[in-house]
Amino acid sequence: MPQFLKTFLRRPAGAVGLTLLALVTAMAIFAPLIYPASPWEMSGIPFSQPGENGMLMGADTLGRDIAAGVVHGARISIVIGIASTLTALLIGVTLGCVAGYAGGALDSAIVRFTEIFQTIPNFVLAILLVAILTPSIATIILAIGLVSWPPLARLTRAQVRSVSTREFVQAARCQGQSTLSVVVRHVLPNAISPIIVLGAMTVAAAILIEAALSFMGLGDPNYMSWGYMIGAGRTVIRQAWWMSVFPGLAILTTVIAINLVGEALNDALNPRISRA
Amino acid sequence: MSAVKSLVSKLTGIAFAILVIATINFVLVHSAPGDPALVIAGQSGATDAEFIEQIRRDYGLDQPWFVQYTSYLTKVVTLDLGYSVRQRADVSDLILERLGPTLLLTLSAFGLSLIGGVFFGALAGLRQGTWKDLAISLAALILYATPVFWFGLMLVLVFSINLEWFPAFGYANIRAASFTPWQYALDVARHLVLPAVTLAAIYMAVYTRLMRASLIEVSHEDHVKTARAKGLTEGRILRGHMLRNAAGPVITFAGLQAGALIGGAVVVETVFSWPGLGRLTFDSVTARDYPVLLGLFLVMSILVIAINLLTDLIHRLVDPRIGAR
Amino acid sequence: MSDALLSIEDLVLALPEAADRAHAVDRVSLSIQPNEILCLVGESGSGKSMTAHAILGLLPPKVRAAAGKIRFRGEDVLALSEKQLRRLRGGEIAMIFQEPMTALNPLAQVGRQVAETIETHDPGLSASAIDARVQELFTQVGLPDPKALAKAYPFQLSGGQRQRVMIAIALSNNPKLLIADEPTTALDVTTQRQILDLIKSLQEQRGMGVLFITHDIGVVADIADRVCVLRHGKVVEQGAAAQVLHHPREAYTRTLLDAVPGHGSAAATQSDEEPLLQIKGLQKTFTTGSGLFAPKRTVVAAKGIDLSIARGDTLAVVGESGSGKSTLARMVLRLIEPDGGEVLFNGTDVRGLKREALRQFRRQAQIVFQDPYASLDPRLKVGESIMRGPMAFGTSRAEARASAEKWLERVGLGKAALDRFPHEFSGGQRQRICIARALALDPSFLIADEAVSALDVSVQAQVLELLSELKAEMGLTMLFITHDLRVAREIADRIVVMQRGAIVEEARAADLFDAPQSDYTRRLLEAVPGRDFFAGRQMQTAG
Repeated sequence: MPQFLKTFLRRPAGAVGLTLLALVTAMAIFAPLIYPASPWEMSGIPFSQPGENGMLMGADTLGRDIAAGVVHGARISIVIGIASTLTALLIGVTLGCVAGYAGGALDSAIVRFTEIFQTIPNFVLAILLVAILTPSIATIILAIGLVSWPPLARLTRAQVRSVSTREFVQAARCQGQSTLSVVVRHVLPNAISPIIVLGAMTVAAAILIEAALSFMGLGDPNYMSWGYMIGAGRTVIRQAWWMSVFPGLAILTTVIAINLVGEALNDALNPRISRA
Repeated sequence: MSAVKSLVSKLTGIAFAILVIATINFVLVHSAPGDPALVIAGQSGATDAEFIEQIRRDYGLDQPWFVQYTSYLTKVVTLDLGYSVRQRADVSDLILERLGPTLLLTLSAFGLSLIGGVFFGALAGLRQGTWKDLAISLAALILYATPVFWFGLMLVLVFSINLEWFPAFGYANIRAASFTPWQYALDVARHLVLPAVTLAAIYMAVYTRLMRASLIEVSHEDHVKTARAKGLTEGRILRGHMLRNAAGPVITFAGLQAGALIGGAVVVETVFSWPGLGRLTFDSVTARDYPVLLGLFLVMSILVIAINLLTDLIHRLVDPRIGAR
Repeated sequence: MSDALLSIEDLVLALPEAADRAHAVDRVSLSIQPNEILCLVGESGSGKSMTAHAILGLLPPKVRAAAGKIRFRGEDVLALSEKQLRRLRGGEIAMIFQEPMTALNPLAQVGRQVAETIETHDPGLSASAIDARVQELFTQVGLPDPKALAKAYPFQLSGGQRQRVMIAIALSNNPKLLIADEPTTALDVTTQRQILDLIKSLQEQRGMGVLFITHDIGVVADIADRVCVLRHGKVVEQGAAAQVLHHPREAYTRTLLDAVPGHGSAAATQSDEEPLLQIKGLQKTFTTGSGLFAPKRTVVAAKGIDLSIARGDTLAVVGESGSGKSTLARMVLRLIEPDGGEVLFNGTDVRGLKREALRQFRRQAQIVFQDPYASLDPRLKVGESIMRGPMAFGTSRAEARASAEKWLERVGLGKAALDRFPHEFSGGQRQRICIARALALDPSFLIADEAVSALDVSVQAQVLELLSELKAEMGLTMLFITHDLRVAREIADRIVVMQRGAIVEEARAADLFDAPQSDYTRRLLEAVPGRDFFAGRQMQTAG
């Protein structure tokens, strides 16, 4: 494990990504301390420029503090990113494992099903789901999870298939180890690293989908989110660029951070590279 | 013989996919909280009991579910996508009207992103480790993490508000009616630039990363060494033995990304008020016009399947091994 | 020596700083005359392939020529510009590679790939002249129906045909020197024989110089005029083939010669007991492409196989790729389920065993696989991999550890190996670990599935020796799967020859070699490289 950490941190992608991610996470955790007031509250003069009236990033059309919105928005992004990825992992890894182990007719049925789900325009399906089930944190998480699992299922299936035919797994079976022990001790540890990496990338993608949903007006109306802020600011972009620029930068930073961490994870978990 | 077989297999695959998508639609309507009739009417406060009752009768909502299901499937097959109470029009008419602009936008963005991605990816892969590679890889990393709609807004801010090079929104000028066909095409093209670039840029980033990795992999393959041992120049090795081989996986992946591309078009059309299916989606979301949304989902899925077929065809031209086995 | 076609003088190839040694090749000198085959022999890491690549300036990145000269017809190749080098490559000097499956561009027609070489070196030639030349070359290398074949893609050709295409590419501009880097290593033995004969006859017809790189002394005996033996980047010995092979001056050359398997082992005494393993009417057919509409392809891996192994015997199953020999091994252990037939172990049908009984059976019957890199879990320490087996049968951790230590000592690695990871070991060492893992369960039956095929010849000899010692110590019964008749001869009491899922011939090892009954066995035997040489050599040592 220390070897793994060393490799991870030695890569610039890992160090930079982790720092940025720590920053965003801190923002999310300490939001109520940094800006105790609700981000929905009007706290200044509408259309204040950045720096004016004590507002770092300016105010929006109703005089709400953009900086407060950016800080509070981190919460919803991270919560939805992680929760919907967990949902997708649950569906994808389960289906992938079943298909990979079972083989035969069940396997081809799952593969077909996954392929169809992968062709469906996933963002449109997410819109449909959230619109019909009415927008709330729970429905958004469910919708993003439901449209994000196919790549995870495909990868899991491929990994399980390739690892379980490897000779060291057959040798373990010949050694008389129980199926459970073979799976838990030999197959999973050797199959899981690409899935972890793709999982990290899925969090980033989920944050982007959440932002797009709330930009389209399908966010949870009880929580401030970056996508909503951009959507609200876009009609007045001629007069007030700051209303859409800052929340966008927040999304960009978060997603880059997660992608960098994912890339460094990939290098660190890949034994070929880390040993060289 | 095998071509016929593969065609048959493709067609059954498509039919099956459409069946699944239609089923998802059906399940969605019936799993919505509350009365499906209200869903179809749109939650517009149109609580006129007699009107709801009429919808219930029209849609057979008082029938058992499998009767409803088969009647829905029959309607899908006959391209009857229902009626929008809000817009007082057939859903299929509404969608057909908007199909052209969306096709124009997505296909030009698709082509642009694929060509750009292959070009920049190859450049970065060939010059691995140089500043060119670094610059391209960094740009791709940033673009890849950028929300599409925000990127579009930033382009508007720079190229239309500050520089005034391109129009910020719309499909054609208001005075377009008096234009000659040539002027009209030029005008649409000017309006197309920003949305197409927005949509293309994100996917270009994906394809650039993929092409770079793919080219580097190909450059280590044995047959490239063979080409070098034949005395070919580096340029000829690149053109004859590396580019095509490296582009194959990128094209396959691009096909898989078609669904995401259409999803991206929804947001881009919203930002640029482009009068296509995406803008219609946004309007229908805002109005909670569910029959239109359901129809849009079905049509866009079919569009994705069509793009998949297209990339499959391109890949077949590039790689003789596909379809031969 | 001044009229040498190629002469390499004190060549030093430097490796990048991070490598495990400073030089890949250290002061190597050799020369090739215009009309001869020089074989460059050595085991992995000897620098033979690097030397060959250096001639055409095709060294991997970061490896560079630090000193010495490579003179081709008097001119120092190392001093040439990239443009001058390109004129040599595929022109006066041509090269063919080991892996015919990957050496051709998969997306281009093979005729095109030959034509391209001609165009590059003879730009003035008309398209029809090039076409004619391609077909002439295809005829020369013995490809059937050259006209149709020129339009084929590599995936449509067999391995042997692809290697012929590679040779056609190499010959397309009438080279003076042909460099062949292990050109037959990836091929089945009968195909190898055809390609060797082709290279030899083309060399004679054209009076070319050939630099032939190989690890196989048998191949050397068949085609070399002169031999140069390399080890760890240095020349050990060189001279005329007859001289080096029959009267080697250096100990290492003798080791290489002696390590070639095929000397024969003492046959075990026949017993009248019930055989340990009996296979009756075993059937297996693989079906691929099982899509809804995709055409199905079937491969028959076992077509009613019958065989039996007496206690304490070693049975070798020999066959080329696709013969079903590895599937057979896996079916015995039920790693692959057969479609029909019986596998009787100690009289019980293995196919009927349920969970616990199957586990107990597998304890009795262990396997060692071919690929020493794939058969150890990369994430587990070596000791852990060995201990897992006994512990699965209730042995305490401390006892299992003691037994693992004992076995690592016995296979010659020492107990320090216990706490190290597989990637810290070489291929031969890993194979010893795998043997230790198998034997730690105290089995009575051991299957070796191509267990020495991936190893260098001297390492191979050591592992084979270890196996026969252990067999004698423990009274093991062995099933030995191999593609190499010489290995089978070395270790087995009896040999079974398989082809396309069926047994072609079964006989005592010595009888099979001396008096093969089936045509296929005869063809296989004739294809064994260096057969006559080693037969003669064995007579000498015996006499």
